[in-house]
Amino acid sequence: MKFKGKTHVVGDHIDTDAIIPARFLVTADTAELGKNCFEGLEEGWVKRVTPGDILVAGENFGCGSSREHAPLAIIGAGMPVVLAKSYARIFYRNAFNMGLLLLELGDDIERIKEGNELEIDVAAGTITNLTTGETIGFVPVAPFMMEMLSGGGLVEYVKRKVAQ
Amino acid sequence: MRQTLAQKILQRHTDQPITADGQIVQCRVSMVLANDITAPLAIKSIRGMGVKQVFDKDKVALVCDHFTPNKDIDSAEQVKVVRDFAREMDITHYYEGGNVGVEHAILPEYGLVGPGDIVVGADSHTCTYGGLGAFATGLGSTDIAAAMALGETWFKVPETIRVNFTGKLPEHVGGKDLVLFTIGQTGVAGALYKALEFGGEVIDNLSVEARMTMANMAIEAGGKVGLFAADEKTLAYCQAHGRMGDSPIAADEGAHYWKEMTFDVSSFSPQIACPHLPDNVKPVEDVSNVRVDQVVLGSCTNGRISDLREAAKIIKGRKVAKGVRFIVIPASPGAYSMALDEGLLRIFLDAGAIISPPTCGPCLGGHMGILAGGERCLATTNRNFKGRMGSLKSEVYLAGPAVAAATAVTGSITHPGALG
Repeated sequence: MKFKGKTHVVGDHIDTDAIIPARFLVTADTAELGKNCFEGLEEGWVKRVTPGDILVAGENFGCGSSREHAPLAIIGAGMPVVLAKSYARIFYRNAFNMGLLLLELGDDIERIKEGNELEIDVAAGTITNLTTGETIGFVPVAPFMMEMLSGGGLVEYVKRKVAQ
Repeated sequence: MRQTLAQKILQRHTDQPITADGQIVQCRVSMVLANDITAPLAIKSIRGMGVKQVFDKDKVALVCDHFTPNKDIDSAEQVKVVRDFAREMDITHYYEGGNVGVEHAILPEYGLVGPGDIVVGADSHTCTYGGLGAFATGLGSTDIAAAMALGETWFKVPETIRVNFTGKLPEHVGGKDLVLFTIGQTGVAGALYKALEFGGEVIDNLSVEARMTMANMAIEAGGKVGLFAADEKTLAYCQAHGRMGDSPIAADEGAHYWKEMTFDVSSFSPQIACPHLPDNVKPVEDVSNVRVDQVVLGSCTNGRISDLREAAKIIKGRKVAKGVRFIVIPASPGAYSMALDEGLLRIFLDAGAIISPPTCGPCLGGHMGILAGGERCLATTNRNFKGRMGSLKSEVYLAGPAVAAATAVTGSITHPGALG
């Protein structure tokens, strides 16, 4: 699994109301949610995103509500992977269930800035910052979470289990 | 192994021996919950999974409480999806209309959750039931769909932070103040991936409803659960709400904690969480005279009968300040009914309050009290994130019911003891 894209940096403790405000929770459609991604942070935030871009966040990303609409909005906005210092627990589970990859970087997150061009190799466990030339490692994703992600998320997992 | 409450409850629901924190365990669940915002996504997932029936129609609760009474056509359509699914699956505990209230207020009142249970809900404040000694936590809609289908889910056994409260609780200081103080100490990420376990003499003396207020906000410290031992008081509460056969549960003496914190509450003041994070906590004296446009009393945190009583006691015979909207939202039909019988609604109406039907409403910026740019609200709710109750340029301060009532009277943040 490899990704290449330009970064958009948001801060610490970005809550799910910032990712997708409650007034937009009247749909379960990924593309529709994507149109309002980060509308609770800044009006029209999403306009800066080109599909394939990489989201970079600080500590406790995705705190607050359990709304699965939050990872869906990020996917819908065209960002397939998030890098952060750390994540809120419910958001972490939701993202993998929905097929959004999250990587935890700890303090190394400081080495990535707005507009950097990154290349991520999940299997090798490396992020290459093409802008600065630096290579950054990350905490490996638990194998069963990775299995869930590559198997198509939790829906496909349960489908297989129910069919058995 | 001497067990924490989290370890003990999880062990009751799995055949895998729990030997250490951090272990991944597959657990059977006692109740699975979703609401009008999260259930439609769960239903979409359940359809995608090819599931034809839920694991147990008596162990699924669907509560249409967030945008109800339906605030617009889209909300009505979402409730319709939930209603149709509930009919199709013959769900016993479906709530809409006169039996509906804020989910975390009604599940305990209807006797659906109790000590030793594992409850998972597609709502982050599912942790409320920790106040009854249940391992209760929020999950996303698809995790909830899987739990509805399989009757089980996975957990990482959390490390536990033990928080002890000692001393004597001063007048006008309650569960909300204790939990806000705790979050102020830990920070909003201080309990990330961890269990919070509350104890000490102050907790022993605290009402069950106040314990639920505290457990409710464990998530605001990043916590997975906020746990309280189930004692005689808990059992009495459960019995009064139609649950029989529960037994006490507590952590073992000498259990291993990741961290322990002890606070003497004797000199505590009411606590206020200032914009825009729940850990920006100050004693009320430090924010006195901050003007407000609106006060909200309600929510899964503080909309129970004990909260309404506390606020009514303060505002009785007084008037809401000119230019302030005081919105009172009993969190459940039960609390509404008792408030009617006890004359509390009369007290609120005479004071000039607005009384809303039970709903989550303004807490998450849904309806029934949305803020314009530049407006400020003091609320007994649980989150003060930027824009949570309306405009990105509005502000929310969090406090307990007594401060809310006193603030409604003066129009600025006020210590209830200062009313004279």
